Amino acid sequence: MRWKYFVGFLIILGAIGYLVWGGLGKNLVYFITPSEYKANEGKYAGKRIRLGGLVKPGSVRYDPNTLELRFVITDGLAEVPVFHRGTPPALFKENQGVVVEGKFEGETFYGDNLLVKHSETYQAPKEGYTPEDVRRLIEEAK
Amino acid sequence: MEPKRAKQRLDPLTQGLLWVGFLTLAAGLFFALKAPPDVQQGYLVRILYLHVAAAWTGYLAFIVAGVYALLYLVREDPRFDRLSAASAEIGLWLSLLMVLGGMMWARPTWGVYWVWEPRLTSVAVMVAIYAAYFLLRQAIEDPEMRAKAAAGVAILGVINIPITYMSVYWWRSIHQTASIDIINRRVNMAPEMVTALLVNLLAFTLIYLGFLRLKGMLAEMGAREEEQSG
Repeated sequence: MRWKYFVGFLIILGAIGYLVWGGLGKNLVYFITPSEYKANEGKYAGKRIRLGGLVKPGSVRYDPNTLELRFVITDGLAEVPVFHRGTPPALFKENQGVVVEGKFEGETFYGDNLLVKHSETYQAPKEGYTPEDVRRLIEEAK
Repeated sequence: MEPKRAKQRLDPLTQGLLWVGFLTLAAGLFFALKAPPDVQQGYLVRILYLHVAAAWTGYLAFIVAGVYALLYLVREDPRFDRLSAASAEIGLWLSLLMVLGGMMWARPTWGVYWVWEPRLTSVAVMVAIYAAYFLLRQAIEDPEMRAKAAAGVAILGVINIPITYMSVYWWRSIHQTASIDIINRRVNMAPEMVTALLVNLLAFTLIYLGFLRLKGMLAEMGAREEEQSG
């Protein structure tokens, strides 16, 4: 038995155990939706959570000078106003799926990390359509 | 005296797999560059041809490693142990390539290189299992013990493959579901993109099979030398 390698093996085994029972277990519900939050506000009060949903059209306010980004996240049933400081990722736009990490302070969700979900649908831009039109077509076809 | 080493050439099948594989890879590059950009993310979508091809062949390599491990336990022929280890090693490299491509893709689209969400976590577990596999092989000196212990890990490792694949369907994740969606029988990609992906997938599969035979052969030569010198 070469013990040096065996110790390495045990360390990795421990890491896997931690990922499966510590990490993955916690991350199985990777984000909660605004309506899940509203249904159980007390449980999430003051805790760091991830909130996931769509960016409500017409709600995005971004100030490039102060990097203050405000928008409303919705799951169709409930809505939550979000405040985030930082440049939004390139794919951030209205109706896009997002996951925000942060905390509630009163009614507003203060995000310190903004992730953008993108769909598994990939389409070539069509002539005569703007990318926005094509995206809407894809959304409707679903 | 130096041990007599027969001059060995690659057998025609291995040669053919590697030649055709690399030529197909060149064709795959051509199709990938010819495929149109995506409406939403533009040319970034091209990472997909590498990322998905590496992911699928990585899964394949780990499953094959598990099958050879099972064969070893049944037949106790060291050849199966060598092929199992060879397949696991190629699978590990392919998985690292997949993770690297995925990180390059995640930063400009999601906004981060890495998050501990279900798909990425299960992939991390997968990579860790096969890293552990090779540390265990290094740790055990007795060839028979080593082969048996390694076979156990290779077989258990296969359990994680469907979990990794299905993670985006079973749990909420930031990772999108499959674009060639086997579960819902739908293809969510422009036809030119599907062609580019399939050509690259074929190339990766052929190269994997070629390297599997090559590595199996090298391991056999190594084992023979070990026998002669020991």
